[in-house]
Amino acid sequence: MRSADHNRADARGNAREQTYGLRKSAKTPWGNPIVYFFSLVLVAICIVPVLYIIIGAFRSNSQITRSPAGMPNPWVFDNYITVFTSTVFWSELLNSLVVSLGTMIGVVALALMVSFVIARYRFKFSGVLYSLFAAGMMFPITVAITPLYLLLRNLSLVNTHLGIILPQIAFGLPQAIIILVPFLKSIPVELEEAAELDGCSRLGFFARMVLPLSWPGVATVGILSFVASWNAYMLPLFLLNDSSKFTLPLGVQMFSSQHSVDTAQVLAFTSLSMIPALICFTIFQKKIVGGLAGAVKG
Amino acid sequence: MNDRMRKRLEITALSLPALIMFVGFVIVPVIMAAYYGFYRWKGFGQPSVNGQFIGLQNYGMILTDPNFHDALKHTLLVMIASLIIQGPLAILFALLLNQKFKGRAIIRTLIFVPYVVSEVIVGTAWSLMLQSTGAVNALLNSIGLPGADWIADPNIAFWTLMFIISWKYIGFAVILMIAGMQSIPEELYEAAMVDGAGFWRRQWSITLPLLGPTIRIWAFMSIIGSLQLFDLVYIVWGQYVAGTAGTSTMATYMVREGRLANNYGYGSAVAVVIFIISLAIALTYQRLVLNRDLDGAITTARGEKERRRKERDRALKHGGGDGGDAEIASEVAGL
Repeated sequence: MRSADHNRADARGNAREQTYGLRKSAKTPWGNPIVYFFSLVLVAICIVPVLYIIIGAFRSNSQITRSPAGMPNPWVFDNYITVFTSTVFWSELLNSLVVSLGTMIGVVALALMVSFVIARYRFKFSGVLYSLFAAGMMFPITVAITPLYLLLRNLSLVNTHLGIILPQIAFGLPQAIIILVPFLKSIPVELEEAAELDGCSRLGFFARMVLPLSWPGVATVGILSFVASWNAYMLPLFLLNDSSKFTLPLGVQMFSSQHSVDTAQVLAFTSLSMIPALICFTIFQKKIVGGLAGAVKG
Repeated sequence: MNDRMRKRLEITALSLPALIMFVGFVIVPVIMAAYYGFYRWKGFGQPSVNGQFIGLQNYGMILTDPNFHDALKHTLLVMIASLIIQGPLAILFALLLNQKFKGRAIIRTLIFVPYVVSEVIVGTAWSLMLQSTGAVNALLNSIGLPGADWIADPNIAFWTLMFIISWKYIGFAVILMIAGMQSIPEELYEAAMVDGAGFWRRQWSITLPLLGPTIRIWAFMSIIGSLQLFDLVYIVWGQYVAGTAGTSTMATYMVREGRLANNYGYGSAVAVVIFIISLAIALTYQRLVLNRDLDGAITTARGEKERRRKERDRALKHGGGDGGDAEIASEVAGL
């Protein structure tokens, strides 16, 4: 795992270090004021609405009505406390975790296996197999949602978390495979030959060499599928009627329609439900952004 | 022989689970949609028993329904406007953030935030802020500008939607463009500088052409995304307002006429129409624009062979590495 990271970093050399500021270097100059000005404008546009949700929830409803765009004065913590102590929020958080982790594990496991076949085995249908999955990129869940709902109903998976996890795995596969195949292809053949000489079977090679070496790709795929599932709305909307099964996006929508007069509460609920994805992203952002960028750079 | 059998067994065992999932939950539903689409059916029991076979009548209704025409028009407008608005902006911002300066890393992280926040939250937040008594109007009033009814006014609503979409997805476009820019060799710029080319001239003559593959892949992802647009519209405009405000999309039309009206036959037919329109646009785009970048990803084994050959040629030319192929594939994967 270390060596894979190391290799990739080496291959990219300096460009990458400078690019993502992985190494704080005294040489990085201060930019000119115009650059900062436009950057800050861009950042403000991107961040202010998010901050509005988080900070707005520290206000009372009367504060919000009086001055919709103002700052909290005084700061009110009741909204957050109410949400924090409500069982609804925690059960929805748990549901979201179950669904997202299930999806993530499924996507990573299945995509890794089939990508290994596509990348490392020479056989007649390897190209067809890759094309089949790659074509799946063109058809997100929206197109298939109506018949998918009927299919899941026939399998009695309506109102179950499994009914969300399984299709999400299936629809997550194309992207995961497209990311993983180049990773697995880039593992040198010599390594495989050496392993074979040492009496390691192909599957042994898969378990002992490929898994650790493809770790960066696996992490990217895992995080992307986790966040996609965490944010998914349409499939849960179709599939879940029982509000005790709701995931957070459905919960946010239900909460905001039920408490439409209580804006402050809605803001607090919304803000708390977005924080897990934001934390996950902040922790892994170098991996995601770097992995994406690294992938594009080849 | 023994090894060959074993190899076959391994291939089957490793690829079968993914294949079953993919066929079962992606391909079969699409085929089922084609079947259900021929029936007038309320979703109970089986269409052949509880429904009524009506041939192509559903499709006739879809294609003559002015609501669908509107939805199709809005969807295509979103698709085109997204390309026109986000593309140039993303390239400009990428140029900006590709300079070397302190604090660049944190700025790049921050502009990615809207992309990570879910559509539901984005929709909820913006609909609160854009209410006629919301924060945006309050802010405008405080600097002496009149507010507007951003969500319900049919003259404005579409552009409100475009604003929210651009806000949500531009960070992703910028990151992709930056990544593309970093693959351009530094020497080209140095040579151009020696030749006396100014900053903008260098970007126009070097960055833009060499960014081509990245731009084309981004545009493809943006197009596919636009054709599927659902969550944001459904959350901000609700199922019924979207039609009158002029922001309905093909997907909201499908949900409204299919699932909510309990016309599963009709809803499936709409799904098929969306599927065919998406496929037609995607394939046309691939033929016309993406051909060079995505050789073999959609085509069959022959294409694959061709691709291998090209790859080998390229590898010979550049002295090794199948980076190009991996590069494009991962670009597609970006979303």
